Order: sequence, then C-alpha cells, then structure tokens
Amino acid sequence: MAIFVNQSTKVIVQGLTGGQGKYHGLRNKAYGTQVVGGVTPGKGGTDVEGIPVFNSVAEAVAATGADASFIAVPPKAASAAILEAAAAGIAFIVCITEGIPAQDEAKVFNTLIRDYPKTRLLGPNCPGIISPGKCNIGITAGEIAELPKAGKKNVGIVSRSGTLTYQALYELKQRGIGVSTCVGIGGDPVPGTNFIDCLREFQNDPETDAIIMIGEIGGSAEEEAAEFIKANVTKPMSAYIAGVTAPAGKKMGHAGAIVSGGKGTAQGKMEALRAAGVKVGLNPTEAGDLMAEIIKSIS
Amino acid sequence: MDLFEYQGKQYFARFDIPVSPGGAADTVDEAVKVADASGYPVVVKAQVQVGGRGKAGGIKLANNAEETRFHANNILGMDIKGHVVKRVWVENASDIDEEYYASFTLDRAAKKHLLMLSAQGGVEIEEVAEKDPDAIIKLHIDPVDGLSAAAAHKAAVEAKIPAKALDGVAKILVQLYRCFTEGDCDLAEINPLILKPTGEVHALDAKVSLDDNAGFRHPEWAEYRATEELDAREQLARTHGLQYIGLDGTVGIIANGAGLAMSTLDVVNQVGGTAANFLDIGGGANADVMAAALEVINFDDKVTSIFINIFGGITRGEEVAKGIVEALSRVTLKAPIVIRLDGTNAEEGRKILADAGIPESTLISKPTMLEAAHAAVALSKGK
Repeated sequence: MAIFVNQSTKVIVQGLTGGQGKYHGLRNKAYGTQVVGGVTPGKGGTDVEGIPVFNSVAEAVAATGADASFIAVPPKAASAAILEAAAAGIAFIVCITEGIPAQDEAKVFNTLIRDYPKTRLLGPNCPGIISPGKCNIGITAGEIAELPKAGKKNVGIVSRSGTLTYQALYELKQRGIGVSTCVGIGGDPVPGTNFIDCLREFQNDPETDAIIMIGEIGGSAEEEAAEFIKANVTKPMSAYIAGVTAPAGKKMGHAGAIVSGGKGTAQGKMEALRAAGVKVGLNPTEAGDLMAEIIKSIS
Repeated sequence: MDLFEYQGKQYFARFDIPVSPGGAADTVDEAVKVADASGYPVVVKAQVQVGGRGKAGGIKLANNAEETRFHANNILGMDIKGHVVKRVWVENASDIDEEYYASFTLDRAAKKHLLMLSAQGGVEIEEVAEKDPDAIIKLHIDPVDGLSAAAAHKAAVEAKIPAKALDGVAKILVQLYRCFTEGDCDLAEINPLILKPTGEVHALDAKVSLDDNAGFRHPEWAEYRATEELDAREQLARTHGLQYIGLDGTVGIIANGAGLAMSTLDVVNQVGGTAANFLDIGGGANADVMAAALEVINFDDKVTSIFINIFGGITRGEEVAKGIVEALSRVTLKAPIVIRLDGTNAEEGRKILADAGIPESTLISKPTMLEAAHAAVALSKGK
C-alpha cells in the first residue's frame, strides 16, 4: 500500500515535449513509473523517446487509460492545463509549476471542488509525490527515497517545501528507515492538497506506521493540521517547521511563507503541534532523530 | 510587492474607485504646483511604507501655497522609523462625516476571497478588531462566483453602514473587488473609506499589495517596481534575478529552495550565529547563478563567513561545484566558504571541489547541515 499513487498508477505528462516535462517525465519513467503518454497541443502523433504524444488530455486518456497527470507547463498555461485534466476525468493531478498567480489558483481550486469533486490536485509549486519502488511523479530524485520494508515500520512524509522534502527523505535514508509515500504539497497560498488530506490518508494506510510533517512559517495550515492530528491521528509523528528565525513581514521566496501580525509564526505552529502530541525537532536532522526514536519504540 | 499610498490611489483610479484629486511630488516646488491644481486646503502626506507617519509629523494640512511649501519642505527628507521620505502625495483635503473600513484578501484557510467591512474605520481599526470583533463583518466570496452588487449591498447593511452611505459603499465594494481580482492584488484595503458631508463615499487612503506572480499580465507594474524600497544588496541581487532578502547578521547564506534556505537560517541561529541574508538560488543553478550569488554576498561588508547549503534535486551537485570553482576565479571573496553538498550527484560535486586545489582557508566541505553550520558560525566569529 501507499497513498494516492502506486504501481498501477498510469501517468501522462502535460508538457512532455518541453524542457522540464521531458527531463522529469523520462526520469519518472526510468524510476519505474508507468508514464503512458504526453500531451502537447499540436504535437499529437509524435513521441518522446517512445512515449506517445497526444493533442489533448481527453485523447490521451482514451488511448492509454491514464488516471494521473503530471503537469509541467509555464504559469500562464497551468490553470487551463489543470482544468483540462480534470474535465478529461483524471483522478490525480500533480502540478509542479511555480509562479501561478494566486487569483488563478483560488479559481482553479474552487472550480475543482464544485465541478470535479473526484479529482485531487497536488500542488501547484510542489515537488510531487513518490511511493518508493512503486511510482514517482514530479521532480524528486528517486534514489534518495528509502524503499519501504515488509515486516518493518515505515514512515509517511508530508512537506510544504521542496528541498526540505528531499532533506526529510535523506534523513530517513541515512537511518535506514523505509518510506511508504512522500508527498510534497507545495508552498503556495492555495494548495490543491493540504496537510490534513495527507494525514487522513496516512492514518488509513496500513503500510504507514509513523508520519513526518515538514511545515514552514506563514498561513495557518500547520495549526489546522495540529487540530486534526489531535482528533484523528493515532500514528506517532515528528515534525519540523522552517523559518524560526525568519523576520516578521518578510516574504521569503514561497508565496505562502509570510508572517504577519503574530500569526503563522514558527513558534505558534510548533506549540500547536506539540500540544497535539507531535514530537517537534528544531531542525530537519532533529526531526529525523526523533523519528528514529519513534520507530525504535514501536518496533 | 507593496505599493506606496499614491501608487495605490492611482491603481484604485484605474478601477474607477473615487479618490481625492491630487498628485505625487518629489520637490517642494512640485508639491506647491500639485496643491494649486488640487484646490486648497490640501493634505501633504509622506510616502513611506511604514505605519505611524501621522504621529511622526508626516501628514500635514495646508491652507495655501505658503503652508504647502513649509510642510513639504519639512516632510521631504524626513526620517520616519528609518524610512527617508523621498516623495509626498498632495491632495485636496476632504471634509469627513464618517469613517469606514473595507478590504479584500485571500483567506488561505477557507480558500475563498474574504471581504472585511466595518462602519468603524480610521486609525483605530486594529483596536476595533481586538475589542469589538463583531463590529467588523467578514464575508467569504467564492472566487468562481465573484461579488455581486446585491451581495455587496447586503454586506454593507450587515456592517451597519448608515442608510445614506449604503449605495456609495456597495458600489465601491464592487469596484474594489474588481481591483483585487482583475488587478491581481494580495491585499486591497481602504482605511478610511469616508462619507463626506455632501453624501459622497470615497477612498481617503489606499493599501495595495500586488501578487508578484501575476506580473506577466501587468506591464503597468514596471513603474511600481522602479520605486520599491530595496537596500543596495537587494538591488544588486535583483539585477541578477536572485531571491534575496538582506538581514543583519554575519553568516552569508546561499541555499537552493526557499524551505532549505529558511532552514539554513534556523540552524545557523541555533548554533549561535546570525544570518546576513536569505538567498535562494532556486532549482537548476549553474555557474553564472552561483557566481552572481557569491558576488551579492561578497558585497555585504558584514559577512565574515559564507555557508552554501545545497541539496540536489533538480539542482545537480557537479553543476554547483563547477559554479563555485568558476565563481572563485571571477570573484575575490572577502570571507571563507563552508559548503554542505548533498543529493543528486553530490559525490561528483565534492570531487570537483577537492580536485580544484582550493585552499582550506577559502573553502571547507562538511558532510551535514549541522556540522557545516557549526563551522560557518565559528569562522564568522574569527575562530
């Protein structure tokens, strides 16, 4: 088991003929992901290293039976690409595009809820998702993810930051701890999938025994997650919140990471998580150490 | 990007939101000229992006050209909480019967647009929010539906806006919402929104924050970018297209990814150091990007050590290493580098650095983020 994606997930890449789409689409395929097609309007009938390219998502779905899409197109085209995938019946969309206007994101999110409730969007501006050994959609380097081990305790990862997602995978690999699924939800103001969506799935996933959560300053997603954990998550957790030393009011790269009016501070988030029973590390390594202790105690 | 008041008012005017007649001025003579054209009495307002300018003496009423000259002369060049006033906004002074508050933002938790509206606007709005939160109504708006005139009117009634101002307020709410959505604002706020004795409602102040991601469809934003308040380091970084924020510490930071960069700041702080900056070189950084990053860090006189923290995903270790080697041949650094390189092709990268013959006084490599932070902080303190 794993969450959201597994070995039977069939993926198309929207933007397969572009630089990013080609590089990461082929890497995902090389990892073992079933990358069954690509979509680039006007380039239908061609192929990228043997992967057939279609003019539209609907055509690609009809021909390949794809149920997931990896979107790697520029910000201007991303909203339309997401809605096209949803309209074609894609159940799971991963959008790595960085720099989509917040107004567009808000519109897309609310359109999906209303018109395509069965579609899940991961991202935008996220590294993607990897269920090690089964499926890798996005830009994560597959080799830094430790395979889950039968008969041992495995960990689920959910993170708002791209590079810290890798750091979390790396911390677990250093300690030989297997990963069930690692989800990068992205740091934008309106993520399609949030912490709670992932925590709920991890809680229900028999292969996941413990969970690491990586948050960052800004917004209130971590505080809401803490409430959810308190009420619903029985699996042990460790966490890390980036931005303890970030000065108030400064926007540090991620559209999401902005502290204002004392809300959304790292301190507040850490306290909320501690109150929910989560072991909070002051840096990624400490969160890894805490997870190692958790695994030891439940093994 | 945060706009100055005068820019916010000009932006409002694009969406037909009524503002007082006035103009921006950089000199005393210009201020008098604008005042003459706007009609006396006028208000001369310091243009700085910091609160409390009224209390600091940055907002003055002038009844004639002479008084305008006097106040503009005082306010231009004034230092308000570290912000030097380079420009004033001069506008026709309004008679005020009542003051309201209106704003639109994105409520990230609800994932909807949020209207906040109050009949008790003015300088004390934050106090109102604290002491009498019910005096501010909050209305969520589905971005797909938008805000109808009827919904705006209903909100104004709920906020207890008096009958005589209802139509005017409702009309401005619809205009302000258009400004917020079509104008790609993160925040569009009017405080105070005033009712004049003549019965007109209009915006006496403007607080607008623009969504930088939407810049590609707003060529008109170029003029706002030109006036952004950046320090010299930030300006240099911008010319290189780097995500840089200047801070006050001594350890220069270069990392890939905003999360890792923030985390690097945290770790440096935890081991007793202080960060000189936040610098995210992003994914796929090459030699040019690394050279530019080192140049920006090197420009900061306070920096006494440099911590490069790279975790390769898209970014490949050997590219980062090549970048550093090349950067060192272009830039003479004033401070030593501590590097932590992990992830995609990290071993190749470390080998390139080791083979380049860089002296240890210039660059040392550490295997983990924590060890590298310890080393960088020790070096920053001259140890």
